[in-house]
Amino acid sequence: MKKRYKKNILFELCVYLSFIFILHPNALADGCVDCHREMDEGLKAPAEAFQMDVHQKYGLSCTTCHGGDPGQEDIDLAKDDSFKGAPLRKDIPKFCGSCHSDSLYMRRYNPNLRVDQLELYWTSQHGQLLSKGDTKVAVCTDCHGAHGILESSHPKSLSFPWNIPDMCGKCHSDKEYMKGYSISVTQIEDYKQSVHAHALFEKKDLSAPVCNDCHGNHGAIPPEVSSIAFVCRQCHPSAGELFSESPHKAAYDELEISECEACHGNHKILPPSDEMLGTGEGAVCIECHDSDSEAYAVAATIKQKLDSFKSKMQDAEDKLERADRQGVEVSEVKFRLQEAHTILIQVRNLTHSFSLDRIEEKIEEGQGVIEEVAEAGEAALREAKFRKRGLIVATLFIFLLALALLLKIRQIEKQSPQ
Amino acid sequence: MKNLFQKLFVYFDSRLMLSSIGELAKKKKVPEHKHSFWYYFGGICLFLFFIQVITGVLLLLYYKPTMDSAYESIQFIMSQVKFGWLIRSVHSWTANILIGVIFIHMFSAFFMKAYRPPRDLTWITGFFLLLIFMAFGFSGYLLPWNELSFFATRVGTDITGTLPLIGKAIKSFVLGGPDVSGATITRFFWLHVAILPLFTVILLGVHILLVQILGMSKPIGLSEKKVKEVPFFPNFILKDALGWMLILTLIGVLCVFFPWELGKKADIFATTPLGIKPEWYFTFMFTTLKIVPAHVLFLEGEILAIFGFMIGGLIWMLVPYLDRRSGKEIKSPGFSLFGLIILLYIVVMTALTYLHPNL
Repeated sequence: MKKRYKKNILFELCVYLSFIFILHPNALADGCVDCHREMDEGLKAPAEAFQMDVHQKYGLSCTTCHGGDPGQEDIDLAKDDSFKGAPLRKDIPKFCGSCHSDSLYMRRYNPNLRVDQLELYWTSQHGQLLSKGDTKVAVCTDCHGAHGILESSHPKSLSFPWNIPDMCGKCHSDKEYMKGYSISVTQIEDYKQSVHAHALFEKKDLSAPVCNDCHGNHGAIPPEVSSIAFVCRQCHPSAGELFSESPHKAAYDELEISECEACHGNHKILPPSDEMLGTGEGAVCIECHDSDSEAYAVAATIKQKLDSFKSKMQDAEDKLERADRQGVEVSEVKFRLQEAHTILIQVRNLTHSFSLDRIEEKIEEGQGVIEEVAEAGEAALREAKFRKRGLIVATLFIFLLALALLLKIRQIEKQSPQ
Repeated sequence: MKNLFQKLFVYFDSRLMLSSIGELAKKKKVPEHKHSFWYYFGGICLFLFFIQVITGVLLLLYYKPTMDSAYESIQFIMSQVKFGWLIRSVHSWTANILIGVIFIHMFSAFFMKAYRPPRDLTWITGFFLLLIFMAFGFSGYLLPWNELSFFATRVGTDITGTLPLIGKAIKSFVLGGPDVSGATITRFFWLHVAILPLFTVILLGVHILLVQILGMSKPIGLSEKKVKEVPFFPNFILKDALGWMLILTLIGVLCVFFPWELGKKADIFATTPLGIKPEWYFTFMFTTLKIVPAHVLFLEGEILAIFGFMIGGLIWMLVPYLDRRSGKEIKSPGFSLFGLIILLYIVVMTALTYLHPNL
């Protein structure tokens, strides 16, 4: 009885274990990974990296891309007829595209993922050169990795915003590698000094543009002169609209000057400063307008008005700061000062219209706010002075009272019997 | 005119026995010796308490105890109400000075062994008054509903919540929910302007009455000797008034040159800012909780520290009954040393909080 009971237990255990192995695919050892992990660094790395790969997360394995029979222990038997091995560099886009361009196949894993990457790639500079036989150009694996592909939302992914400049720079900053393409290799270095890089790396603003936001990603190509303005308008629609309404638009189109780039540059877009306006050193207006032209005079006036507005605002702010340091409650007035700051931003934006009337109108609106703030600041400073005077008077009064008390105490002590 | 005052005095005297109070005041004597200076701190505490009552009542005219308008109402008081900035600053500065002076008063009473029977009850009521004023400080700190006070209250009540068995219930009762919210400000306001003042009036009344009945304690050794005594009225009270004037000037200077800041409005969804700490008089406990090891033997360090404070507080309160030598008018240097250690501990821990905030 006891023996039979033991046998039953053993049988049930075998059945359960079989089920576990059949139903759970990961329970089976992956022959590719097992062998590759034992190999030299070069062949071991793909197996190691694949453990983190997004494809693995969706249940895909080595055989999905490379074919073969992972169940075989013998390496020759494992490389059966279905084995594809590593694709040639020139074939990589098609290799990846065989799945990623198949909407029916992709829908099973991620219905939201686009399936036009390959199509776009062939329109890109990279794709066009590859199709002409230039295998130095970027293919899928250069930007996404081969076996440790992470989702682009993963901060360690090569295509995560703050990794993209260096990822593109791997080739585009390499003077030797880029020899023969007759394009600059300073883009990444320039970009890293830009206001956009500052927003991305310093402020950790992931919405700041990186290479692919202006050039496209799978369809990466330098924007044409005519399209640069539209690229910038994706994030700066207001400045773009004002520019389009300005007389500069027609002139730029006629002279085939790229709009925004003409004043702000391309990769090295430095934080815009008011010094770019007017006719002084660093002003961009004087690069085109002669000193005897009307536009030159307008540029000078705009700068002068803006400087005067800023100076008045600074005065008002200084008064508030001084009052604040002296302990007068000015938070509500400071809030009002924010309105003046907003108006200053609007004025700066309006400079893209190059319309003196519109700029003057906005400055006038701001001056009203500044006057109000300055008045409140002066009142706060008067209040601070009043408090100090009050303290002096009160202290004097208390001192006299204390003196009187002291005299009284002495008088009492003299009178009291020892 | 004089006649009118005399008539009024006679009217009230016949009903309230004012003359007998005057007689009592004339008879009351205060011992004068080399430690008499410390007697004045009791009077200063009382003076500061009256300032708190007056400024508190004035603040009530404009203060609104709700999550949406508490901060704005203080902002209004500070910027729009005539002398509102002064009233609020005096209230805040005085609250801090008052607790400091209470500590001085308590330690001076301790080192002069003024707690020895029959003044044991005076000591115990004084101890509870200290706790009440600390509660005043804790509840009042949240009322402006600014960032610092909000998070300091959260940290403070979180510590209470760690107490075994009753911690969570106490925390929930104090906060009016699981976290600092609109319900908390209502409760803290209720505590600050109704419950604590009620207990203060009762305890302060008993404390002062006991001082009147038992008189001022003389240090051990002097009790037996014939010590010079001065009349409480007017000699002592006039000297006390000098102290009040000094402290009033100090408050005025602080309010004009360092008005109590309002800070930023509390944002209940914001993360706790770095370096948040409670008011200075809680920092010795706060820093202890920070430096205590996570586990001491089988006990959680934090809980052990809280129990340590509770037991320490109990011993401190019951010191009149533990120090039997001083009860027999014999010097007790052991208890003086104990008091010195406690004082050093509080000073060192408080200093550490500000000198090494990242402990």
